[in-house]
Amino acid sequence: MSSPEQWTHPEPDAAPAATAAKPTAEQVIAGLRATDEGGADLVQLLTPEGERVTHPDFDIDITAEELRGLYRDMVLIRRVDREANALQRKGQLGIWVPLLGQEAAQIGAGRAMRQTDMAFPSYREHGIAWTRGINPTELLGIFRGTDQGTWDPVEKRFHPYTIVIGNQVLNAAGYAMGQKFDGKVGDDEGEATMCFFGDGATSQGDVHEGFVWAAVYDAPLVFFCQNNQWAISEPTERQSRLPLYQRARGYGFPGIRVDGNDVLATLAVTKWALDECRHGNGPILIEAFTYRMDAHTTSDDPTRYRLSDELEMWKLKDPIERVKVYLVRQQWADHEFFESVEADADKLGEELREFCTNMPDPPAERIFSNVYAEGSPVLDAQRDEFLDYVSGFAGGEH
Amino acid sequence: MAAPTMDRSTAAAPASPVQTLTISKALNMGLRAAMEANPKVIMMGEDIGKLGGVFRITDGLQKDFGEQRVLDTPLAESGIIGTAVGLAIRGYRPVCEIQFDGFIFPGFDQIVSQVAKLHYRTQGKIKLPIVIRVPFGGGIGAVEHHSESPESYFAHTAGLKVVSCSNPADAYWMIQQAIDSDDPVLFFEPKRRYYEKGEVDTTAQPGKLFESRVLRSGTDATLVAYGPMVRTSLDAANAAAEDGTSLEVIDLRTLSPLDLAPVYDSVRRTGRLIVVSEAPSESSISSEIAAKVQQECFYSLQAPVLRVTGFDTPYPPSKLEEEFLPDLDRVLHAVDRSLAW
Repeated sequence: MSSPEQWTHPEPDAAPAATAAKPTAEQVIAGLRATDEGGADLVQLLTPEGERVTHPDFDIDITAEELRGLYRDMVLIRRVDREANALQRKGQLGIWVPLLGQEAAQIGAGRAMRQTDMAFPSYREHGIAWTRGINPTELLGIFRGTDQGTWDPVEKRFHPYTIVIGNQVLNAAGYAMGQKFDGKVGDDEGEATMCFFGDGATSQGDVHEGFVWAAVYDAPLVFFCQNNQWAISEPTERQSRLPLYQRARGYGFPGIRVDGNDVLATLAVTKWALDECRHGNGPILIEAFTYRMDAHTTSDDPTRYRLSDELEMWKLKDPIERVKVYLVRQQWADHEFFESVEADADKLGEELREFCTNMPDPPAERIFSNVYAEGSPVLDAQRDEFLDYVSGFAGGEH
Repeated sequence: MAAPTMDRSTAAAPASPVQTLTISKALNMGLRAAMEANPKVIMMGEDIGKLGGVFRITDGLQKDFGEQRVLDTPLAESGIIGTAVGLAIRGYRPVCEIQFDGFIFPGFDQIVSQVAKLHYRTQGKIKLPIVIRVPFGGGIGAVEHHSESPESYFAHTAGLKVVSCSNPADAYWMIQQAIDSDDPVLFFEPKRRYYEKGEVDTTAQPGKLFESRVLRSGTDATLVAYGPMVRTSLDAANAAAEDGTSLEVIDLRTLSPLDLAPVYDSVRRTGRLIVVSEAPSESSISSEIAAKVQQECFYSLQAPVLRVTGFDTPYPPSKLEEEFLPDLDRVLHAVDRSLAW
């Protein structure tokens, strides 16, 4: 396993001339672009065809049971995603944010975390939520408009979904600084934080500032960027000329690009990064190279800005299919297993539909509740006046 | 005057509990007391450590409490506020210094989108006991962005509390009370009054943080002000008294939530109200007060609520700030107009 120093501290007298390992800036600009897959730079352990390959720096011992677990996670969260998408189409949700195609990136990263680690999601992190023990039903209220996320972020160590692009990166940096100030960093029992954001977010000032803060305070923070190629309608090349993982170098910490459709590689790289962080060698940037196979949200129409060819190409790199092929080829799973996972998915989908269609609307008092920890007499008066007004309609026609 | 030495041993047992302090020193002592009382209280900001802040409000704190409790942060306001959010979630009570009023806007997104809303979003599962200190207002001959009064933006945002101190005793107590609050508090400090002195009793039982206070009783008209304009209003009341006009002066202290009960009570007696503020008047604290007072005191008013404020312009070049800022004469002129209505 290579040490972070190889990314963090380039030789001061290193000549600018190109070497096989290190292209010049000019070569980078002329050659590898943000949207290129990256060839040798891409960490991959399971090819799209389901072939197990090795990587000189990253590998992972995985048992049949563990891999079956990852497969099951991905199938179930994909079902959650498809069900929720359908619930929006039936008018049960106001909007849905599909994760289709990003299952390996999220399950791999999420399963790399320990219970004591903290996660700061953006709003497409349904797979991460799953790995943190959040019941998928708890995601529905956000998109149905009954609540803004009901899980306990402290107990689950999973921050609320953050909708303003990039805000959570700074919040995560602060939390990770706190882990360090608390003396929870420095050995194998150490804590770490993961922060999730997308390719579009990398243009935000808050992401830049989060990189700076985490770096200068040596925060135990793994920046996990899911480059799904599209920020609504804008391709990654609208956000960056350089491959995103290479930005880390400018901030003085390692940046690694992993095949985000490869759950094994994502798990291996994220585990490594979290361990480095918990030992005090953070922060680290991981760019998970993946693809948003569905629309940005159910309100979006990708046919206006991207070719269906592209989607067809990425379908060949499906994160779930390659695991299935490998499980079968290794004889690590039989027909019965796949049937049972499908049955679990059916059951989960049914629970989701049942739950969603029976969600009650919140009461009017909810407008005013918990604006402040210690209350406000001005707001109390406004609430009382409104509730008094509402009560005037009680029992009668509006 | 010679401020008492801030050596911690002497601070713990001052010769007398009543000291004459500047607002600046009182804030410094208040911050120190808060840090001594709770190890989770930390300071964050630009140049607040070794330098002690550009106004020296945090002078000596890093030396005594260490670099992990008094953080010289990178130079980015969104970063200061955004990381304070994460630290607060982790159990800390961050006190952020924004170096000057006009520099708060890079942090505006974090303040409005996260600081103000996380408690509501999580229905109380996340509390953010964050204090954001902002030296504000003009009158110091500064370049652009160093003299602004942005408090209305924050009072307009649900989820934030906003206060402003006007004298050393309040500075000492209010900063500690703000740090004790489980709600995020924007703490506006009247920078041009930093070096004005007053008596501070460090053993007295302080009043509540979110309460307005009548500083001077009067019968003919009421002046309401906060922060730097409290001194101006008191001066105006003194000058008016020489002419036989009795003005009541109320220090608002809390801008969100507003505590207007003392104002209503006063206006019901005097029938006249003049609100004094450096901030531009449109959609501001002063307009909010005017709206509420006309609603609550409609039959008591002998004249419309008048406002003496900065103009609805960007803050002008400093050679013009004496004209821009409300002063004693403009306040008295408004009093005359109100009395003559």
